[in-house]
Amino acid sequence: MGLEERLPNGILLASLEKLVNWGRKNSLWPATFGLACCAIEMMTTGGPRYDIARFGMERFSATPRQADLMIVAGRVTNKMAPVLRQIYDQMAEPKWVLAMGVCASSGGMFNNYAVVQGVDHIVPVDMYLPGCPPRPEMLLDAILKLHAKIQDEPINARRAALKAERGDRTPMIASSVKYAKK
Amino acid sequence: MVSLAAVSTSVAQTENVSSGLGSYLPLFLLFVLAAAFGLFSVLLGPLFGPRRYNRAKFEAYECGIEPSPQPVVGGGRVPVAYYLTAMLFILFDIEMVFLYPFAVSADALGFFGLVEIVLFIATLGFAYAYVWRRGGLDWN
Amino acid sequence: MPDDNKTGPDATPPGTPAPGEPGSESERPASMEQRPDDTLARPAAAREPLVAGKARKGMFNVSGSGDTSGFGGLRLPAHVAAPAERPYGGWFDEFTDQLLTGMREKNIPTEAIQQVTVDRGEITYFVQADHLVALCWLLRDDPSLRFELCSSVSGVDYGVDVPQRLHSVYHLTSMTYRRRIRLDVALDWSGDDGDQPHCPSVVAVYPTADWQERETWDMFGIVYDGHPALTRILMPDDWDGFPQRKDYPLGGIPVEYKGAEIPPPDQRRSYS
Repeated sequence: MGLEERLPNGILLASLEKLVNWGRKNSLWPATFGLACCAIEMMTTGGPRYDIARFGMERFSATPRQADLMIVAGRVTNKMAPVLRQIYDQMAEPKWVLAMGVCASSGGMFNNYAVVQGVDHIVPVDMYLPGCPPRPEMLLDAILKLHAKIQDEPINARRAALKAERGDRTPMIASSVKYAKK
Repeated sequence: MVSLAAVSTSVAQTENVSSGLGSYLPLFLLFVLAAAFGLFSVLLGPLFGPRRYNRAKFEAYECGIEPSPQPVVGGGRVPVAYYLTAMLFILFDIEMVFLYPFAVSADALGFFGLVEIVLFIATLGFAYAYVWRRGGLDWN
Repeated sequence: MPDDNKTGPDATPPGTPAPGEPGSESERPASMEQRPDDTLARPAAAREPLVAGKARKGMFNVSGSGDTSGFGGLRLPAHVAAPAERPYGGWFDEFTDQLLTGMREKNIPTEAIQQVTVDRGEITYFVQADHLVALCWLLRDDPSLRFELCSSVSGVDYGVDVPQRLHSVYHLTSMTYRRRIRLDVALDWSGDDGDQPHCPSVVAVYPTADWQERETWDMFGIVYDGHPALTRILMPDDWDGFPQRKDYPLGGIPVEYKGAEIPPPDQRRSYS
């Protein structure tokens, strides 16, 4: 039925959209897709020093049915590609994809017969994070930028058209700048 | 809803309404609350949420690998082991149900009761040995 | 061409082409007379293991271009596993005697071991494919040998023009005696399209070789006769070709970088 599609446009809808997006971004549950070396950095980010639990993301769910964010951490081989797509399809909406590391973003240093040159050949990617591997702080920065993107996401098609008309874009500000001590 | 429970507690205490059972009123209200919350969460999702289906969402989760084809009738293959285990559990649970009252009144029943119950357990013990030897307890 | 220059890796009479140049010793198959006589019986003439790989000249094979890396002047001789002469040193001699004794008891002909190479503290036995499984049974079960662990089964491709280019290599470890040896089987392969190189499978002796042989089949195309389920393990199941062979292209796609399109690595320059 999609109740949000029928809600009338107005300030109430804008506030509801903000509330819903705030709720969604503050407890993004990642789906574990650690494939290679970037997975180590992802695990470190979940550790105590670079705590990912402060963003509500400590619950890495192995099952895609309860996951919001798929962090593709590592090289995707030709053999793994259909598995990746199946897991992505089994995730429930709303879902986002973060391509962590250069191998997931573009194939990295591996331009050969075995590695898919970028996971965006298989799934739509919302955030690319370069690095080999990216430091945990870089992963957290990417996640925070994704939070900013999610906060601005339209709740229904009408809002999306409105935003497109206005030309709204979410500014990507580095976290070290955005959350710097004033 | 919580204040309602609080009010009913005070009501039960002041009026002393069958204080044996009336003191359970807040508990009952809590159960109602929990059930209502659960139903609300489960019903409202499909009612008001969007419908975005794809083929993969209907398939069993197999860590990304296509699951092996299952027969459509009867909802796919169900392992018989589950049925067997449940049945055996029921049988031996009923045995336990008979043992409890005996334990409570063992004194009153005396030696005759003891012999009776030992025969009862021995009969079921034969059944247990039979199931064990026939492999009914093996999971695979 | 002088025939008697293969007395060892050091002796190079004048007039012979330098290693890496065309027509050097490595590109001429070693013949019977040149093999030095070690204590093993002379190998059968028909089954000479040729372990000479392919000589490589210059990493990038560019000349007259602006390549100032100096790699163009590289001359790499072909790999030749020099046969070792007795005494091998260390525990190798005693071990080889034990091995030969065991072989005699089990009626494995001494021709099964075509060559022994000792290099950098490791011993390699070049074995005939027909006697490989019998030799493995012996190595595993004989109380003085006891090589219980097959550490690795892998393949080697020595280059396209090399006869017997595909080898199947077995690393065996003895936990009781704490030592390792290597068995190398050079495979006969006509190189035709329909023909596949065959090697007997050691899965009956060493069950760990199961997936190792699957990997070697996947990467090199060596068919292991007697393997229970020889299927692809690393590449997708319907892949064509064997990636780790020397004539298999690297693959990859051209990448756009800073406005220019960079071809995949194996098409950028020739590596001869």
